[in-house]
Amino acid sequence: MNASLRTLTFTEAAREGLAEEMERDSSIFVVGEGIGERGGNFNTTLGLFDRFGPSRIRDTPITERGFVGMCTGAAMAGARPVVDFMFLDFILDAFGELVNQVAKIQYMSSGRLRMPMVLRGCIGVGGSAATHHSGNYYPFFLHQPGFKVVVPSTPHDAKGLLKTAIRSDDPVLFLEHKLLLATRGEVPSEPYLEPLGRARVRRSGRDATVVAVGVMTPKAVAAADSLAESGHDIEVIDLVSIAPLDTATILESVAKTGRLLIADEDYQPCGVGAEISARVCADGFDLLDAPVARLNGAYVPIPYSPPLEQAVVPSQDAVVKALRDLLAE
Amino acid sequence: MSAAQTVHTAAHPEQALREAHLYKEMLKIRETELQLARAYRDGHVMGACHTYVGQEAVAVGVCAHLQVEDAVFSTHRGHGHALAKGVAATEVAAELFGRATGCSGGRGGSMHLFSPEVGMMGTTGIVGPNILQAVGAGYAFQLNGEDRVAVAFFGDGAVNNGAFHEGLNLASIWDLPVVFVCENNLYATEVPFAYSAGNPEVAMRAEGYGCPGRVVDGNDVMEVDTVAGEAVTRARRGDGPTLLECKTYRTRAHAEGMPEVGYRTQEEVDSWKARDPIALLRSHLMGTERVAADEISAWEDEAREEALAAIKFAKASPWPDPSTVFDFVDSSDSAEAARRS
Ligand SMILES: Cc1ncc(C[n+]2csc(CCOP(=O)(O)OP(=O)(O)O)c2C)c(N)n1
Ligand SMILES: [Mg+2]
Repeated sequence: MNASLRTLTFTEAAREGLAEEMERDSSIFVVGEGIGERGGNFNTTLGLFDRFGPSRIRDTPITERGFVGMCTGAAMAGARPVVDFMFLDFILDAFGELVNQVAKIQYMSSGRLRMPMVLRGCIGVGGSAATHHSGNYYPFFLHQPGFKVVVPSTPHDAKGLLKTAIRSDDPVLFLEHKLLLATRGEVPSEPYLEPLGRARVRRSGRDATVVAVGVMTPKAVAAADSLAESGHDIEVIDLVSIAPLDTATILESVAKTGRLLIADEDYQPCGVGAEISARVCADGFDLLDAPVARLNGAYVPIPYSPPLEQAVVPSQDAVVKALRDLLAE
Repeated sequence: MSAAQTVHTAAHPEQALREAHLYKEMLKIRETELQLARAYRDGHVMGACHTYVGQEAVAVGVCAHLQVEDAVFSTHRGHGHALAKGVAATEVAAELFGRATGCSGGRGGSMHLFSPEVGMMGTTGIVGPNILQAVGAGYAFQLNGEDRVAVAFFGDGAVNNGAFHEGLNLASIWDLPVVFVCENNLYATEVPFAYSAGNPEVAMRAEGYGCPGRVVDGNDVMEVDTVAGEAVTRARRGDGPTLLECKTYRTRAHAEGMPEVGYRTQEEVDSWKARDPIALLRSHLMGTERVAADEISAWEDEAREEALAAIKFAKASPWPDPSTVFDFVDSSDSAEAARRS
């Protein structure tokens, strides 16, 4: 087997990236609940406690506001914290620290203090995790100046983006969808970085563009493949970066296709799709042959029971239907 | 221990030097604050302006033990902490005037004073977060094996906030080099601490986190100096955090333009003015007969002139350039920021 074309799971790839960075820079430390000897609820730090010890792989009490505020001060004092929230839902206990402190300290200090902090957590609907363990929450951080947000959909991007996020002097949210964690993909064995702030064209086409967020990317690719059978040529963009939004890549695609669907598991109002739509309408109105369409998760708290849970997430069939409607416009 | 009791223990020349330093530092804060209050009244200082008048002994007594590399995380009532940590009065005044020469370039005002070059890691408009940030600086110092110390100043109002609870616990379980300085001035805005605290003895709460807590007469700079010295030494040695409860009083309104009495009595205000920290040290200095009265007066004149000069500097300083409003939102401007600072 070619070593440079080995496959890893999303979690293994991200963990390898974290370990490489920690090896390179001793000011990096990780905080979280159960991330020490246990290796993390999602195996994010499995084996790293033995390599880096308790002050760099730091088990914390259940004190989300406390450790986010603490990591803020640590970043101000020159360390590079990685906050592992386990489920991203728990970040809400620290929201004041994030919006009022983390996002603003570089600005208020005229850039004399930096905020190199990674905030990682498991997002999304799946596995009957129910409403306190299924949130996506990324639009909050697009709204507030000062944050960068990535939602990778492949092991390759998970590793490359986590490494870049750790090296960034800005606070970066690194969000991992629970249904992607065990998915496998090719990951080079040589170290590499992936840039923040850039969307990826996963499949090129001429009839319509789907911008997919995170877990919607494989569904959008599958939907595009199935529409190809009926002669439709769909371009799929994996958004990857929520903040900043890579509007240029989207506009370039729309210039070619004239039709845009944004597929996002998260809620529709004031969401990522609303912002993309507004920007495309402002900067690319003449490129559009049809109104911008959005496909989102149902606007309800996430329910537990499988039939209810399935009812809130946009399926591959729903993407196909939304694309057919868009093509018929 | 009151200042009066310490009179005859100050026998050494170093002690005289130290007392002179503490006195001048308190004067600097007092005179600057009085000028800033006047500037607020005249419309030069905008927004909210919380003065430190009456509490000077706390910042001065604590910061006397800090090196430039040590880090201070302060509150909405933070001018005194900034000045005591070494931010120039000119830069503080210019910041409150909203000028480009201010310590935050006019981006912050009174509640966002940043001067990391001298370890002033910010004042804050939100009660609580600075406690956690001091814990984090302590974490970074410990991680790097440095013997630096982080200090959080906060009011009695902050101790009922979750940040206090979470911060003290984290510092305690990891023996972080942090000193928590609660300035209990009896009121949070106009709410008596006795009303808002199930247990109004702040220092006692330290026990709940497994770290030492000390009650300090916050108007006696010599006592603050002594106890803070022990807490800073303990932190620097790697033995962990200490909570100091400095009992003190603000003799002006919560913020300029707000009432001085009503929620509290004039008698209460007067009784604390009679224990003014600067007057207490002055009478102590006079009692030792190691400093001549005219020398003390000369210090006082000097402090007043420096405060006036700071105001003059602020008034003459340029406004920030509106075209810079997008600078420093993120690190893409950091290289430029480094060139400027
Ligand atoms: C989280 C938060 N809640 C409310 C306020 C409004 N506020 C500003 S100062 C203050 C009182 C603070 O009292 P204390 O901590 O005792 O400090 P002091 O003003 O007495 O120095 C309040 C309630 C705030 N700034 N932050
Ligand atoms: Mg108070």
